[in-house]
Amino acid sequence: MSRKGVSFRAKEINSDVAQIRDLSISIGAIHEERWDERMGPTPFPSLSTLRSWDHLLLNRYKPFYLPFCDLCCLCTYGKCDLTGTKRGACGITMPAQQSRMVLIAACIGAATHTSHARHLLTHVIEEFGRDCLINVGGTSVEVEAPISRLVCGVKPETLGDLEPVLDYCENQITQLLAVTHTGQEGSNLDFESKVFHAGMVDHVGMEVADIAQISALGFPKADPVSSMADLGLGTVDTTKPVILVIGHNVPPATSIIDYLRTNGILSEVEVTGICCTALDVTRYSDRAKIVGPISWQLRYIRSGVPDVVVIDEQCVRTDTILEAAKIKAPLIATNDKNCLGLPDRTNDPIDEIVSDFVSGIVPGALILDSHKVGEIAVRVALGIAPKRKKQGNLPAKEQIIAFAKKCTQCMLCRRACPNDLPVPQAIKPAAGGNLAPLNELYDDCIGCGRCESACTQKIPVHSLIVGAAEKQTREETFCLRTGRGPIQDVEIRKVGGPLVLGEIPGVVAFVGCANFPKGSREVAEMCMEFANRRYIVCTSGCAAMSAGMYKDEDGKTAYEKYSGAFEAGGIVNVGSCVSNAHISGAAIKIASIFAKRPLRGNYEEIADYVYNRVGAVGVAWGAMSQKAASIAAGFWRLGIPVVVGPHGTKYRRMLLGRADKDEDWMVYDARSGEKVYGGPVPEHLFFAAETKEEAMVMIAKLTMRPNDTSKGRANKLANYIDLHKRHIGGIPPDVHQLVRVVADIPLTMKTEILEHLHAHDWKESPIPDPTLLSRMVHTRRDER
Amino acid sequence: MPQLSDSWQTGEIPGPKKASLIVKPDIADALILRARRPIMIVGHGILEYEVEGCKLIDCLIELAKKGKIPVIVTASTSKEFLARNFAPAAILPAVDIANRLTDPSWKGLDGKDSYDLAIFVGLPYSMEWTILSGLKHFAPGVKTMTLDCVYQPNASWSFPNSTIKEWAASLRAIVENLGD
Ligand code: SF4
Ligand code: SF4
Ligand code: SF4
Repeated sequence: MSRKGVSFRAKEINSDVAQIRDLSISIGAIHEERWDERMGPTPFPSLSTLRSWDHLLLNRYKPFYLPFCDLCCLCTYGKCDLTGTKRGACGITMPAQQSRMVLIAACIGAATHTSHARHLLTHVIEEFGRDCLINVGGTSVEVEAPISRLVCGVKPETLGDLEPVLDYCENQITQLLAVTHTGQEGSNLDFESKVFHAGMVDHVGMEVADIAQISALGFPKADPVSSMADLGLGTVDTTKPVILVIGHNVPPATSIIDYLRTNGILSEVEVTGICCTALDVTRYSDRAKIVGPISWQLRYIRSGVPDVVVIDEQCVRTDTILEAAKIKAPLIATNDKNCLGLPDRTNDPIDEIVSDFVSGIVPGALILDSHKVGEIAVRVALGIAPKRKKQGNLPAKEQIIAFAKKCTQCMLCRRACPNDLPVPQAIKPAAGGNLAPLNELYDDCIGCGRCESACTQKIPVHSLIVGAAEKQTREETFCLRTGRGPIQDVEIRKVGGPLVLGEIPGVVAFVGCANFPKGSREVAEMCMEFANRRYIVCTSGCAAMSAGMYKDEDGKTAYEKYSGAFEAGGIVNVGSCVSNAHISGAAIKIASIFAKRPLRGNYEEIADYVYNRVGAVGVAWGAMSQKAASIAAGFWRLGIPVVVGPHGTKYRRMLLGRADKDEDWMVYDARSGEKVYGGPVPEHLFFAAETKEEAMVMIAKLTMRPNDTSKGRANKLANYIDLHKRHIGGIPPDVHQLVRVVADIPLTMKTEILEHLHAHDWKESPIPDPTLLSRMVHTRRDER
Repeated sequence: MPQLSDSWQTGEIPGPKKASLIVKPDIADALILRARRPIMIVGHGILEYEVEGCKLIDCLIELAKKGKIPVIVTASTSKEFLARNFAPAAILPAVDIANRLTDPSWKGLDGKDSYDLAIFVGLPYSMEWTILSGLKHFAPGVKTMTLDCVYQPNASWSFPNSTIKEWAASLRAIVENLGD
């Protein structure tokens, strides 16, 4: 089917909440006519359509900027010193410059997901055709693309219908990037609004990517009991030829599986992966294995286990070609966004390429045809494995000791280490044969290799740590429930009421990368803590792996212990980075399916609903990437707070509420239209916690919403207070701001809380029917 | 070892405005005594340190008492203070307290007046770095001082990079100089 041009002209939209000018979008072959929902006010929003909504949030959560550099060097007027109140040669101030950098990061993130989506969609359309029906859960998922419906006002039914949705994303990202040009935008709050826009567009792009791959590649379709996959270095069968795939864009990896299947040799070769390609290839075949998150790249390649390394895009170490060459494993680059300077062999005969690789004539090549990659990777692995004999370059004990003896204790490695790990202090005893302190660093090491670059003695510091932890690495045998994709409509119907009423205290989503302050284990511990407390826990991306990389006292991982259903006490792995769209999608579906709010092109109303009523919190404990920035921004615009780890302050600003300013927390009571105090909930929109303990307490607090019923608030307070007592000490000092009426007080804590309330001159305040939008006041709504 | 005023994390170089060095404990004392309304923010990192059997948190408690400096604790630091019968003035996350310090209309924890000196110690290095950057740019009325054993370039005043032993000695000297 060709892309028919059904032209949508946003010029015609001029409602009471939005004015859109000059946005023209072809909505192609979208099956408009079969969707009878009335079009809402903001389909295909432009850069400024949702500005007033953003400003409502940004006035409550004013940015607190944490400049990562005092200078700007973005044009040749610079470098400009922007310290304090100084202005750059273009007139820009430090707050605007910081928000500009945040926007650049969010644009990079949104562009990366959207271009990934475009690549995937083009690929599956080539393979399966434009008319291939979207199917992400059969009849269990009738709202198949909640974000596209909400943002664009369209209801895609076929793969072809997704193309114009991506056209919109690409259009917006181009305009957003243009905003960051010198002399373009001067207000920090307008930059911030555009950050939110980039985040919203990012979630549309992610949704398209995951819908396309779930529909076309047969990934689990909203399946709460999707199969388990092996996870961890220790799960790899090193007696077999091993292929390693790294990145996010799965077609080369699925082609490897296809080739193995077609040739009946799936059990003869290990297909192992790192990062989201690993997560997605296990959604394709549960024979594939996940080695670990992005921080496992150096340690796994250096172990010598992989015979061939196949990379696609995003978060792939740019020195992978050098690392692979050191263990004599050929590297195949498969994506034109990541060519690594390699010769393009796409059109060369397969036999020739295989022979060149197996004989070691070439260390790597660019092959931009995923089918070819599938065959070449397998044949090279089979051919080269007997020759390589898993030759690695991790040092044995004697070599570690010899290296340690060269150490001058200059401290440069520690000063280069993002986690300030006491490396020199651990190397000192290693020189005398005691490797235990080095081994102890293993869990907290994020595998960045900066220590090695810093060392003047050329000591392979990271390898020393991994070598000292050799036994531990062999014991990394975990499992993970493969990414299930969307949440079923029926699950939403079941939990919608309990969630909005607060009987289920909240949804906590652990997402993002592996730049952890203290290792993966903290993510697993937090997941289990909140699942035990009957929150709904979601996971995705590298965080989904980290959640599974820890066993409890019974030897069970989080995925073996808890259900995969979207229910109280479930731990729900939605999938890879692009599957994050199903988490924001679930919040949107609660508003649309459970609360029956109109969805189509109706962003503000749905966001207002989510913000005031759905106790969802995102946690990106090891957030590192620009994609994490845009994912977070998409949650912010929906009113969902995000908590990051201590490294998260490097995102250059927080969005913090001021609980001490009552005037900041006024909402409309939709029943009366009056402006009333709604309480400081959720207190922050973007918050960096110092420790896991502080994060857990804050997560519990951030699930509170002004709409909570007393029963719900009591449940949320009980969790918050209990976590505070255990991890911080004592009753939280702000309980009086969170109890609205006596019935909010958890029964088991009544006496102590009443004491606290009396000490703070507490007075009851009524529970409103909260909204930030004056047009949502009932009388006015009825009049319309 | 790095130079006295090199950023402890090699890459964390801010820009033209860098912290002055507290080369002698007297400087810290003078800053504290000169301050109209000082406040101390203590992160969880302080709990790790012990020199010659003495926990550095005890030194900070003495400093707070002698200097009459209210202490705000972050993360799980509170428990250790309470265990020593010292009640912190508040428990607040580090980013939250720093954000309030940038607000010139904020009248402090007791609602009386704004603070003019914020003493930081014990936060993770890069988090303290970014927070101090926020204050350097957006809290012109607040001087910042760090008492960690590493140089923090974004503070107004910072200790130099020093060994734990030198650092502990400096902290003790600051406390002693404050008198009774
Ligand atoms: S963009 Fe503005 S602040 Fe940046 S270097 Fe150019 S003139 Fe200076
Ligand atoms: S590889 Fe590990 S030890 Fe080395 S700098 Fe990175 S985190 Fe620190
Ligand atoms: S950088 Fe190298 S020589 Fe210096 S302390 Fe670290 S390991 Fe030793």
